[in-house]
Amino acid sequence: MSVVLDIKNLETRFSTREGYVYAVNGATLQVKRGETLGIVGESGCGKSVTMMSVLGLVPTPPGEIIGGQAFFKGNNLLKYSAADLRAIRGKEIGFIFQDPMTSFNPVLTIGRQLTEPLMEHSRCSAREAREKALEMLNLVGIPNPKVRLKEYPHQFSGGMRQRAMIAMALICDPDLLIADEPTTALDVTIQAQIVELVNRLKSSFDMSIIWITHDLGVIAGMADRVAVMYGGMVVEEALVDDLYEEPLHPYTRGLLDSLPKEGTREPLKAIKGAPIIIREKPAGCPFEHRCGSAKPVCREKVPRLTEKSGSHRVACWLYDHA
Amino acid sequence: MAEQDILLKVEHLKKYFPLNSGKLINTRRDYVHAVDDVSFEILRGETLGLVGESGCGKSTTGRAILQLYKPTSGRIIFEGRDIVSLPPEEMRAMRQKMQIVFQDPYASLNPRMNVSEIIGEPLENFNVLPRNEIRERVLEILDMVGLDRSFANRYPHEFSGGQRQRIGIARALALDPSFIVCDEPISALDVSIQAQVLNLMVELKQRLNLTYLFIAHDLDMVRHVSDRIAVMYLGSVVEIGPSDELYTNPKHPYTRALLSAVPKPDPKSERKRERVILEGDVPSAIHPPSGCRFRTRCPQAMDRCAVAKPDFFNVGPDHRAACFLYK
Repeated sequence: MSVVLDIKNLETRFSTREGYVYAVNGATLQVKRGETLGIVGESGCGKSVTMMSVLGLVPTPPGEIIGGQAFFKGNNLLKYSAADLRAIRGKEIGFIFQDPMTSFNPVLTIGRQLTEPLMEHSRCSAREAREKALEMLNLVGIPNPKVRLKEYPHQFSGGMRQRAMIAMALICDPDLLIADEPTTALDVTIQAQIVELVNRLKSSFDMSIIWITHDLGVIAGMADRVAVMYGGMVVEEALVDDLYEEPLHPYTRGLLDSLPKEGTREPLKAIKGAPIIIREKPAGCPFEHRCGSAKPVCREKVPRLTEKSGSHRVACWLYDHA
Repeated sequence: MAEQDILLKVEHLKKYFPLNSGKLINTRRDYVHAVDDVSFEILRGETLGLVGESGCGKSTTGRAILQLYKPTSGRIIFEGRDIVSLPPEEMRAMRQKMQIVFQDPYASLNPRMNVSEIIGEPLENFNVLPRNEIRERVLEILDMVGLDRSFANRYPHEFSGGQRQRIGIARALALDPSFIVCDEPISALDVSIQAQVLNLMVELKQRLNLTYLFIAHDLDMVRHVSDRIAVMYLGSVVEIGPSDELYTNPKHPYTRALLSAVPKPDPKSERKRERVILEGDVPSAIHPPSGCRFRTRCPQAMDRCAVAKPDFFNVGPDHRAACFLYK
């Protein structure tokens, strides 16, 4: 099976008045052709910055990619020029952002924004592009597409805007769709609609998907494989069934254990402490100060992502020997 | 339910927000029917969960109960007295007993006041303690919410979201209330912090004999913390019943769709799951559908649903649904 995106040891940091913030500290993950990779993590874990870094969307300054590689179909995107990246974004890689209200241009019609990738990346005439846009709006389930094309983002509801965003991301038939918390801001019944839509489109568009979220429920229904991120690194990665049935990393276990269980009113098993902002290059495991199983080595050496069994990888000194 | 066990009774509560039609001389007014005839009771010592999606009116209901919004009509009977018609001075006294915890820990604390001032402010406003005892009370409350006493002199920006929410909870506890409206208290927090804060709120409720109206959209969390749950849609309560009963036997078509939409962290069951997927979006609260508000998206809508709004019908032990399917 070929690998569409192969990120190796990506490191990104930001300059702030108080010094550096190390947002991504050695992220390693792959997406294979035709699969959905879920990336799970809380705010500050580096999941969004990882994708933004790969696509050249991190403003530099204050951001800076200080290490690693990101191979897309064999080519290292981190070495691409801005022009080359622009040629790929929207065409071979589609991106859906979290908040569709702020990621659409409020002063341009939906039609104009939907046809923009086509006009930019292909030799379509305006009329052909419009036809294609109508087709896409139909495909994502927006009624009255002819009328909707002439409307502005504020005239759409949240769920419809997200559908329009999906249409825009897919209009050039990309190989990879990256969705960054696409349903977090939506109501649960609308979320169900969007998840069902994307799953349906995945097979007809024959594409790979990266779905980023903090919601362990959504990932269970969407992903083939899941990567869990904490402190800017991937701490565990496995096939979806394996991750939920046999979570290895204490953080993954903590997250799953802290969810309410049906039929019991026992106090929830919370993870102690809180995520922190990393202001120095990590010398050890970023989860150490919250981990119930921490050992001295955890503070001294950064754990390596190693294969424990089959396709199940974990970065933890409980399973690795220095 | 014995009369004396009922702490709060909401009767036919309505809150309409007027809209300007944009003309200089307004000949006609439109209204957002945010809360459109809502009635329920909360027993002393229980947690009533109030769930629904955005725009259903749950937050507005919570705030109207506390008179943060003046109800358009209806009665709110707290400890036997209708507080809507209370003169301002008496309402003010009532406020000691009814408090609120807000959703956004970044917006609900005054950035220019330190923790001690934030928690102490209610005590100063109501003159419940002599000045020299306020500080000690503030420190006691910090202990109760799991914050270090040394935080008393710090300012909100020095704290994380979870800690700020604890400060908000501390503030709500200062006057020793009997009733707290929790308006989405954990929604804005990271997943690993939600469990901590939820545990704290449950523990405080038991320790201090509190009564909660717990407004939230995370259905699993609400079930965990509530004795009974009311489901709202477009300004109306559509179903109300004991938590476990509502979750295992949802009767109203909207409740069923809502519960079926909640993703569970279990890949095998997610793959097999058959969901009720609702079509379209929630209709406008300015011009809501006639009759049952849910009929435009209901997979089981009948002709009569357009004619009149359904009353509540009994569908189980202490369990009611506003739906003609159960007449």
